[in-house]
Amino acid sequence: MATTGKIVGIVANLVTIEVNGPVSQNEICYVETEAGERLQSEVIKIQGNRVSAQIFESTGGIKTGAKVEFTDHMLEVDLGPGLLSRKYDGLQNDLDAKTGLFLKRGENTPALSKDQEWEFTPLVEKGGRVRAGDWLGEVRENWLNHKIMVPFSLEGVWEIESLVGKGNYRASDEIALLRSADGKKQSVNMIQRWPIRLAIQSYAAKPVAYKPLQTGVRIIDTLNPIVEGGTGFIPGPFGSGKTVLQHIIAANAQVDIVIICAVGERANEVVELFVEYPEVDDPYTGRKLMERTIIVVNTSNMPVAAREASVYTAMTIAEYYRQMGLKVLLLADSTSRWAQALREMSNRLEELPGPDAFPMDLTAIIANFYARAGRVDLRNGESGSVTFIGTVSPAGGNLKEPVTEATKKVARCFYALSQKRADSKRYPAIDPIDSYSKYLEYQEVQEFLAESIEPHWVEKVGYINDVLRQGRSASNQINILGDDSVPVGYHEVYWKSELADFGFLQQDAFDPVDRVTAMSRQRYMFDIINKICRFDFRFETFTEVAPYFKRLINQIKQMNYLEFQSDEFKQLEDELDSFLMERKVS
Amino acid sequence: MKQAQAFTTVYTKIERITKATCSLRAQGISNEEMALIAGRPAQVVKIEGDLVTLQVFAGTQGIGTAADVMFLGEPPSLRVGTDLFGRFFNAFGQPIDGGPQLEGEMRFIGGPSVNPTRREQPSRLITTGIAGIDLNNSLVSGQKIPFFADPEQPYNEVMATVALRSGADRIVLGGMGLSNDDYLYYRRIFEDAGVLEKITSFINTTDDPPVERLLIPEMVLTAAEYFALDLKQDVLVLLTDMTLYGDALAIVSNRMDQIPSKDSMPGSLYSDLAKIYEKAAQFKDGSITIIAVTTLSGGDITHAIPDNTGYITEGQLFLRRDTQISKTIVDPFRSLSRLKQLVIGKKTREDHHQVMNTGVRLYSDAANARTKQENGFDLTDYDRRTIAYALDYARELLAIDVNISIDEMLDTAWRLFARHFKKEEVSIKRELIDKYWPETE
Repeated sequence: MATTGKIVGIVANLVTIEVNGPVSQNEICYVETEAGERLQSEVIKIQGNRVSAQIFESTGGIKTGAKVEFTDHMLEVDLGPGLLSRKYDGLQNDLDAKTGLFLKRGENTPALSKDQEWEFTPLVEKGGRVRAGDWLGEVRENWLNHKIMVPFSLEGVWEIESLVGKGNYRASDEIALLRSADGKKQSVNMIQRWPIRLAIQSYAAKPVAYKPLQTGVRIIDTLNPIVEGGTGFIPGPFGSGKTVLQHIIAANAQVDIVIICAVGERANEVVELFVEYPEVDDPYTGRKLMERTIIVVNTSNMPVAAREASVYTAMTIAEYYRQMGLKVLLLADSTSRWAQALREMSNRLEELPGPDAFPMDLTAIIANFYARAGRVDLRNGESGSVTFIGTVSPAGGNLKEPVTEATKKVARCFYALSQKRADSKRYPAIDPIDSYSKYLEYQEVQEFLAESIEPHWVEKVGYINDVLRQGRSASNQINILGDDSVPVGYHEVYWKSELADFGFLQQDAFDPVDRVTAMSRQRYMFDIINKICRFDFRFETFTEVAPYFKRLINQIKQMNYLEFQSDEFKQLEDELDSFLMERKVS
Repeated sequence: MKQAQAFTTVYTKIERITKATCSLRAQGISNEEMALIAGRPAQVVKIEGDLVTLQVFAGTQGIGTAADVMFLGEPPSLRVGTDLFGRFFNAFGQPIDGGPQLEGEMRFIGGPSVNPTRREQPSRLITTGIAGIDLNNSLVSGQKIPFFADPEQPYNEVMATVALRSGADRIVLGGMGLSNDDYLYYRRIFEDAGVLEKITSFINTTDDPPVERLLIPEMVLTAAEYFALDLKQDVLVLLTDMTLYGDALAIVSNRMDQIPSKDSMPGSLYSDLAKIYEKAAQFKDGSITIIAVTTLSGGDITHAIPDNTGYITEGQLFLRRDTQISKTIVDPFRSLSRLKQLVIGKKTREDHHQVMNTGVRLYSDAANARTKQENGFDLTDYDRRTIAYALDYARELLAIDVNISIDEMLDTAWRLFARHFKKEEVSIKRELIDKYWPETE
């Protein structure tokens, strides 16, 4: 018999329940209100027959004595065909299916339709031996061959006792019957469930990720590349363009699936995605962006506990598609809101606080979450990846705060958004000097770049990074000593860094051509920048330097706005070459 | 306060009294329900078995262990109806203008959130006549945006001006920790403008207990949702001053023994503020726009209240004294309206985007030139012209006493460009220059 209980205490969304049977940590239970609502809750502490649970909804009007039913499972999500293009809340309720203008308390809507029919094609045969995660067959979900897999929760080797043939089946129909070595039988349909707080680990190996993931953003792809299965984070004060940058990456990244997790952010920003994504084309396939996107949204005014769960819901869906051998990009905006949800709960549990009242294990929780990203080799030889990029909203814009520091320890790419760059409208406002990609130091990545782009690529990137650093120190000197008190060479160094900045790092997100740059074009333009930065120029006085470089910059910027290698583009390039000849020291 | 209904029990044995709370043993009590303790409004904040803890809004001074405690069975609510028009209430929805009690339909305050998939994208331009807003940081219905201002800035006056010019069907004012003088100012200015009927106000003055302030935004927004959804009106909500609201949150969390996070604020500050601001929304018919005031201490935006606010709202409008022209301006550098791109050039003239950017860029060139001047470096001819331009730009456009249409603002900006610069110096698209550059100046 399932365990039940009754409420004996309430503070905010934390309730104390007296139970009559066994319960487990993180078990899901439902609190029944007088109005007949069933409020989903999660066990977060157990002491004897007293259990503390967080309710994922508002708790107004709840009374002691209210009945609680336990479910014997942790917080789970439905995984199966039909996830694509949906908009879920943090607990995987389908937001479109909810009734009314307001989110009604206790209204749970199914994540997937169990009755929807899909055309199933088997990929294995009866009598075969399979393990968790192995592909049994596939259905067509939009444009995608969605694999129907052996449930991830099964242990050991199972024999396929029966398997349906090619044909149309409802999602809840039995597709296969599996038998274990000790005779246990397991029916499999198209939908399986998985507890969100556990990583799906049905793969052969998790090797080093090495293949750069193209985002079309030059300052990322060329200077600070992230890899398929990599991790990155974007900290920045409000107004520095975190969300815009994430939206650009979401729209342009060269991946199969994008999962956007809006964690405790503004509802109007999500509305923007809802309005635009069904209209905007995926730059690689020409399909609409919405067709490759799943949006998990728990805006700032939605219940805090569900906000905490939302990142795990999104990650689990990402891992599920990864198991099909797909490249998945997961974006979470903002992980600070997730950490704050942890803080609110830890506070209510009266745990001893760590720095800034965050829970002591914040660093471990964040590390654990980032560790779920990665590239995996499946048992059938295919590989899939989950790339994760989170934004961080540091309190007061100060990067020395617990969430930023904990994230910095685990994320391999650091895209620091700078208020100064945002103020001077240098977008994307990623600070080229503070930011880094650890992947550039990986031998595997270096070898891949050397082979796929050119042997000296990493050195070229290093060279421009040095130019940017030298430019900043030259600029400091000029500001302190005055324009005419420093050697003319200082101005040249400074303006070379400005050329790299304006001509390459900055990108116009609102221009149809400039907003996304293919790697071949990035390489071409980067070579031009490299070439110019390595030239020596002839200047008599400092007053000649700025106007000359402004001309070069303007020329390159105009090229960035034009179709690559078009006639106009080539003409501008020829002009650029003749400008260079004017002052170049041969 | 609502009139008392049929009560089952009056409790007379309080077991524990702290500065802000009373605890007693009671049965069948629901979370967040209201009660009266010795006639003072209180709310259930904690239940442990049959021990119920209530927060007393006005504080517990003088409450005895034998005081009468009556539970009202319901969370705080507001009676909504057209009798809200033109009225002033306190934090509990009781009249403070000598008028009759409300008689409309009862709604619980702090209602649920709008399903994000049911929202509309904001698209209606709100004009204020103030160029620092309309030209550089256009507002859109359904937006939420605060004024960031030091206490000495005339933010209440600016808010009142914006409200009166906004063209909203209805204005709901929430005053938190308002001085009595400011309260009377608002009353007078709304009366003088002859628009009292359009306005509903919920006021907590410095004479009232600070904790009562916590009810003000939810009262205001319950009324606003009634106007926007039931009456399908465009509603403008004014909240002043949200910093004092945050202070009240800190007082409560401190009295509840919660562990403070940054700047002594509760760890839930972000969620608490977001719950209010996210009520701003565009519906199919009707909208709620929120304009708030967050007072700063010495312009410090890294304090927890403005900092969390900045992450929640869709931009901020910075009020600053421009000592060059001796007037308050809307600072073009630190102000931002995140929704402006939804209307600029779409609901306004085609040249708006470029004129706005150029105007601010040249103003920023002037700031650089001034720095140069202060550091004793020589100024170029261009530097001198930008400084002259900046004076005109501040006086004719940025100052908050300017009241002109957006087209006039654009024409003014073109006139200033032509007065101080050559066509090639403003780097605006050729076709716009050909069309709008005034040849006479």
